[in-house]
Amino acid sequence: MADQKASTSIEAVESGLAAQGYIASRQIATAVYLSQQIEKPILVEGPAGVGKTELAKAIAAWRGKKMIRLQCYEGLDEAKALYEWKYAKQLLYTQILKDKLGEVLGGAQTLHAALDQLHDFGDVFFSKEFVEPRPLLQALEQPGGCVLLIDEIDKSDAEFESLLLEILSDFQVTIPELGTVSAITPPTVILTSNSERDLGDALKRRCLHLHIGFPEQRLEERIVESRVPGISQTLRRQMVGFIHEIRSLDLKKLPSVSETIDWARVLVLLQASELDTDIVKDTLNVLLKYEADIEAATPQVTTFIAKAARSNVFG
Amino acid sequence: MRENLHRFFRAARGAGVQVSPAESIDAMRAVAQVGLTDRAILRDALLLTLAKSQDEKLALGDCFDLFFSQPEPRLDQPEANDNDEASQDADQSSSPTSDNEAGGGQPQDGLGPLAQMLLSQDRNAIQAAIASASGAASLSDIRYSTQRGIFSSRILDAMGLQRLRDDLDELTATNPALAERLRGALDALREAVRDTVSQGLALYAREEAENLRNEILRNAPLARIERRQVAEMRALIRQIARRLRERYSKPRKRQRRGHLDVRRTLRRNAAWGGVPFLTAWKRKHRDRPKIVALCDVSGSVAQVSDFFLLLIHSLHEVVDDVRSFAFSSHLIEVSETLEKKSPEEAMAEIMSKVGFGSSDYGSSLVDFEKDFMSALTPQTTVIVLGDARSNNLDPRADILRRISERSKRLVWLNPEGRLAWGFGDSEMPRYATFCSVVRQCATAQQLERAVSDIVATYQ
Repeated sequence: MADQKASTSIEAVESGLAAQGYIASRQIATAVYLSQQIEKPILVEGPAGVGKTELAKAIAAWRGKKMIRLQCYEGLDEAKALYEWKYAKQLLYTQILKDKLGEVLGGAQTLHAALDQLHDFGDVFFSKEFVEPRPLLQALEQPGGCVLLIDEIDKSDAEFESLLLEILSDFQVTIPELGTVSAITPPTVILTSNSERDLGDALKRRCLHLHIGFPEQRLEERIVESRVPGISQTLRRQMVGFIHEIRSLDLKKLPSVSETIDWARVLVLLQASELDTDIVKDTLNVLLKYEADIEAATPQVTTFIAKAARSNVFG
Repeated sequence: MRENLHRFFRAARGAGVQVSPAESIDAMRAVAQVGLTDRAILRDALLLTLAKSQDEKLALGDCFDLFFSQPEPRLDQPEANDNDEASQDADQSSSPTSDNEAGGGQPQDGLGPLAQMLLSQDRNAIQAAIASASGAASLSDIRYSTQRGIFSSRILDAMGLQRLRDDLDELTATNPALAERLRGALDALREAVRDTVSQGLALYAREEAENLRNEILRNAPLARIERRQVAEMRALIRQIARRLRERYSKPRKRQRRGHLDVRRTLRRNAAWGGVPFLTAWKRKHRDRPKIVALCDVSGSVAQVSDFFLLLIHSLHEVVDDVRSFAFSSHLIEVSETLEKKSPEEAMAEIMSKVGFGSSDYGSSLVDFEKDFMSALTPQTTVIVLGDARSNNLDPRADILRRISERSKRLVWLNPEGRLAWGFGDSEMPRYATFCSVVRQCATAQQLERAVSDIVATYQ
């Protein structure tokens, strides 16, 4: 019974994401389903441009939740990611309230008594009013839950990872002056990484580890179909086949899904009905981002087109 | 189900995937969500929860396929287990009566359960029995290939081999044809059990075997390593390099507590009219290590130099700047060769240029002083790797003294044991006076410690 439910739910995830224009493989759908069921963040790894960030956007759109994005970079710290005190506001308020303070403390005879009275108002300047919530805190405070995207976590420092641990495992943060803030509704957390550096085991342990590679030919065709509706089926097949051939080359930067989509758009704009050598050579710079790569690929273009066309006949 | 999953976790550990208890709990929860019927989903779920990198995913995927390549009955194991126990009980209680019946001329009914199972050719039942018996014999504890025999016989015993033998003896007397069939079936059973054990070995024993091999390799003298082990040793050196990188590539910025950086504090608080809300503290920047390595590549030391250079050049994240020099009778710089080419090619090229000559420390040091003395700064650690056997030529220890004076530290790594220093043509004692540290460095483990200590002095 439970098994039946599971596989239909995974299909539901797949079709839900597809409705947002994100064609997910079975693995991705399983990961999304599981993260929902056992409330664990997903750590997505893979080459640039395979749709890691897009996945978070699609999930947010599908569930109708807000997406909060935290872009990581070197030197990102607590004050920019979690919360900060509004110093200026605090300062301003103390100035404005000076008279009021005088009134309050007026009744006190001695310095000691004044201090005691002040203590009663105590932490008024270190209350929620003066906290500037940054993405992580914002995500916890969303009443309806949200999708929290922590993008390119590998770019941040190792200390920042440790800061995330509390949020990832318990969905709460501790602010020394205020205490612990727990999530109203646990957010769906997606972390992405380009594997620029190895993440700590503690972080990895708290996440489901999803690796998105380059998609299979069929899947990529479906992705192009959903993203660039104007393209004809023959051209779609040919271009995806061509890109798969290109990926077999030893290049500096292999074209990924985002390049495929860009190229499809370009071909549609140029009103190409099928691939030929000239048009490919003219538009190769959309696919390949390095001069050396273009030089390496150019001599192969004709054979690749022929191959793609041939596979098209049988496929 | 839980039993099976636990066994799978053990197998995963065997395949080199670190499965902590917390992860196994997560995996259990995930499996409870997705169920067991769809194997593809089950595989995805386990890969998602247990593996933590692409390599681990591949290893775990293989492991999953191997683990579940056994026929289906494995999944029904709990029932099979019950059956088996029940039938074993029945077997014990009924054996006296069945003996009588066997005498009564109804051999088929009088046989033990195993014999009946074999004769009826019920393949599923046999597989289930093997699976439950291997559970009873705790096959997942298997560690070494030499244990195959004992585990096979344990499994056969658990399946009731003793009873089968009795049946066979009896049948040979009463019904030779049937006995012949049974004997054939028993041979087939033995084979099946042997296969199960081999598979168990492949699943559960990989990690242990690897650990053992690495342990032996770590303590093997580098100079006398066998040709076929060179590749393994390179892999081990890479592992060591990764460990050192992880340990020492942590940030080197450390605050010098209590010293206010007035300039930065004022600038940072300009928005509040200079009222210092945010304080900035002075930081102490630590240098990354700069290393100049002089490696003897003559004769017996060459192999050690090879591994040493491989290690030093795999430490990019930790070490800022490495310049390597190789020498035997004269000295050349090899940094570029090592950076650009694969370790095998680079070493071959270096060897063809300077390798295998008779070593002349004196003239090599002269070469170094002439051309490369400017490479030394007060932050540089100079590492000399060699046996200091200079064929009774002039050792030129005075140059080594100047090198030592110009650099932060001078470390000498000698592949020979301490006992041999100073005997024959070894100049070690004369050189040692100018070195900050002299240590023996003959095995991968010693190499790791030596390099670790050198890097640690910069932290």
